[in-house]
Amino acid sequence: MGLVIQSYGTAVPQGGSPPFGAWYFDVKRLTLRQMTERSLSEIPGAAPHADAGPDAARVRAIAEARSGEPGPLMEILHDIQHDVGYLPPSTMPVLADVLNLSRAEVHGVVSFYSDFRISPPATITVAICRGEACQAVGAEALVDHAKTKLGVEVGEQSADGSVGLEQIFCFGNCALGPTATVAGRLRGRLTPASLDALIDEATPGARQ
Amino acid sequence: MTVTVYVPRDSSARAVGADEVAVALTAEAARRADDIRIVRNGSRGMLWLEPFVEVDVDGTRIGYGPVQAGDVAELLGAGLLSGADHPLKHGAVDELSWLSRQDRLMYARMGVIDPLDLSDYQAHGGLVGLRKAVAMSSQDVVDVVSASGLRGRGGAGFPAGRKWQTVLGAPGEPKYICCNADEGDSGTYADRMLMEGDPFTLLEGMTIAGLAVGATQGYIYLRSEYPDARDILGAAIDAAREFGWLGDDVLGSGKAFDVNIRMGAGAYICGEETSMLDSLEGKRGMVRAKPPLPALEGLFGKPTVVNNVLTLGSVPFVLAEGADAYASRGLDRSLGTQIFQLAGNIKQGGVVELGFGVTLRELVEDFGGGTASGRPIRAIQVGGPLGSYLTADQLDLPLEYETFAAAGAMVGHGGIVVHDDTVDMAQMARFAMEFCSEESCGKCTPCRVGSTRGVEVIDKITAGDDRTGNLTLLLDLCDVMTDGSLCAMGGLTPMPVRSALTKFPEDFGLTAQEVTS
Repeated sequence: MGLVIQSYGTAVPQGGSPPFGAWYFDVKRLTLRQMTERSLSEIPGAAPHADAGPDAARVRAIAEARSGEPGPLMEILHDIQHDVGYLPPSTMPVLADVLNLSRAEVHGVVSFYSDFRISPPATITVAICRGEACQAVGAEALVDHAKTKLGVEVGEQSADGSVGLEQIFCFGNCALGPTATVAGRLRGRLTPASLDALIDEATPGARQ
Repeated sequence: MTVTVYVPRDSSARAVGADEVAVALTAEAARRADDIRIVRNGSRGMLWLEPFVEVDVDGTRIGYGPVQAGDVAELLGAGLLSGADHPLKHGAVDELSWLSRQDRLMYARMGVIDPLDLSDYQAHGGLVGLRKAVAMSSQDVVDVVSASGLRGRGGAGFPAGRKWQTVLGAPGEPKYICCNADEGDSGTYADRMLMEGDPFTLLEGMTIAGLAVGATQGYIYLRSEYPDARDILGAAIDAAREFGWLGDDVLGSGKAFDVNIRMGAGAYICGEETSMLDSLEGKRGMVRAKPPLPALEGLFGKPTVVNNVLTLGSVPFVLAEGADAYASRGLDRSLGTQIFQLAGNIKQGGVVELGFGVTLRELVEDFGGGTASGRPIRAIQVGGPLGSYLTADQLDLPLEYETFAAAGAMVGHGGIVVHDDTVDMAQMARFAMEFCSEESCGKCTPCRVGSTRGVEVIDKITAGDDRTGNLTLLLDLCDVMTDGSLCAMGGLTPMPVRSALTKFPEDFGLTAQEVTS
């Protein structure tokens, strides 16, 4: 909000009368969305409706293809992530524009759901189920093993981006745990040794 | 002569090598010049036998399992295609006592048919219920569902007929049918199996619901962890549209009903119905205060039926066979059958469809065969992450909504997770709080903050830091979460915590007396 006021500094008299009325008058003429755009315009790289990176045209096309559906934001986010691999922050203004939402609303949805990511995923992701049914057959030990094997903590990826480790709460494979996906492929009845083999298979030459 | 071989495409079967078996069968049969046709069916639900391969020998299906790709050449060599003996052979599938002891109504076609073959579906009783509903008035359809005693299978057990009646009578157009397929509870997978193994049953139930309340649009809110279910449901919807079932003119009735799938994005809370509705609208999955009831102001503010997959999946049988046939199963006010799911440390994990009233012992010992590790059972969690832990002394409890509630537990979605005697119940209680803090939508303070404080207080107790003082604090926190949370997430998280405390105090370094005084 402070930024909004600063960007409208010309409306504030230099001296004499109290500035509040002038600010208020000026701010009041702006919609909430315009205020958001104004304030974001002060942040480098966050200019509204500017070029949103190389994916902007694709993102706009994906969004416009479904913008007529009821409540389409989640569907569009899925489509973009499927197409681009993640949700570059620069796409948010495009979505806000197409769907007539504020960027705060778009960001709020993106940040709420653990599936949506604003940075590229690792080349190979190992996602281990930590639900109770898998815990009952050794999921926690499997998570510890994977941390050591991959050299990363849960929720992180290796420095070179080759491999990432994530936790999931239930794949619905609760009778045949422990369960994980390696490079998107669901596997059950895992042991540390079989998980290692799957990881090695998915990352040829990358790891011993 | 072409021999039909069934290899499940259920994602649990695929997770343990069913695809590899199908590939090996194709290759090896070609090499041997055996004439086979492979059908990728759903799973029979005997998951410990997956991949479970069936061969049709003169109309009788002979089962083999668990089969690995490396076994295929030997099996074919031994005479698999004529049902020959082999150490992996289990005999005629219909006669296996694990299946024949069940009462499969909703799951009648599970593993039997090709999930995407509409003629196979109809040959096994599919569309009978919908065809009857098409010829009935809306009120008559609702009356049949009410008379059947069908209660919501998502966990709360609300009478489905009463909910439908409310939506039928509610003013406002359009109306919606929302199927809650956000099956996030660990230990539950019956929704997934139905969607993958017999998706038309769900679509039929949704269509009947649409006709009953005057809704023209259905949505399936499906969790993203189930990509196979998405693919199969998508293909089933396409097939149903092409058949003239879904669309502007449902089976020539002149009434419209269509279904679309909407994917979740990894938020457990979206299994809560109001949170699911916000998510369906493309928003953050924040829980709504009730009232207004979703039946009156649901999706996009319109009258909406929100039912679980298994609730809607039960409806075709109810219409086809009548309310009395359904209500003749079950116990007291819990009528009909439930799909019980055996999970965790269990020797013979899988799904058992039986009337309510079956005891935990029958399920866990008779069907489940005890623990997979062979060690004694120590704790059983029924009803998902928000369900209470039960002890081995409580195995004779009948699974029925009110009996479980009276015992301080809940049937929930029918998931049964078994732990052996190596389980650390203080860690499981801590996990319940951790899970809540991870998955809370954040709308109300008892859930959002209470769960984080709960993890900290349990850590202090297990570290021996003022155990009795922190125990008082933890019990007080549980009270606040139970009484002050907006939805079941915060409201029920204390159930596993309290039950772990009272039944396994020694794991917290406490005595039974300290916990109960």
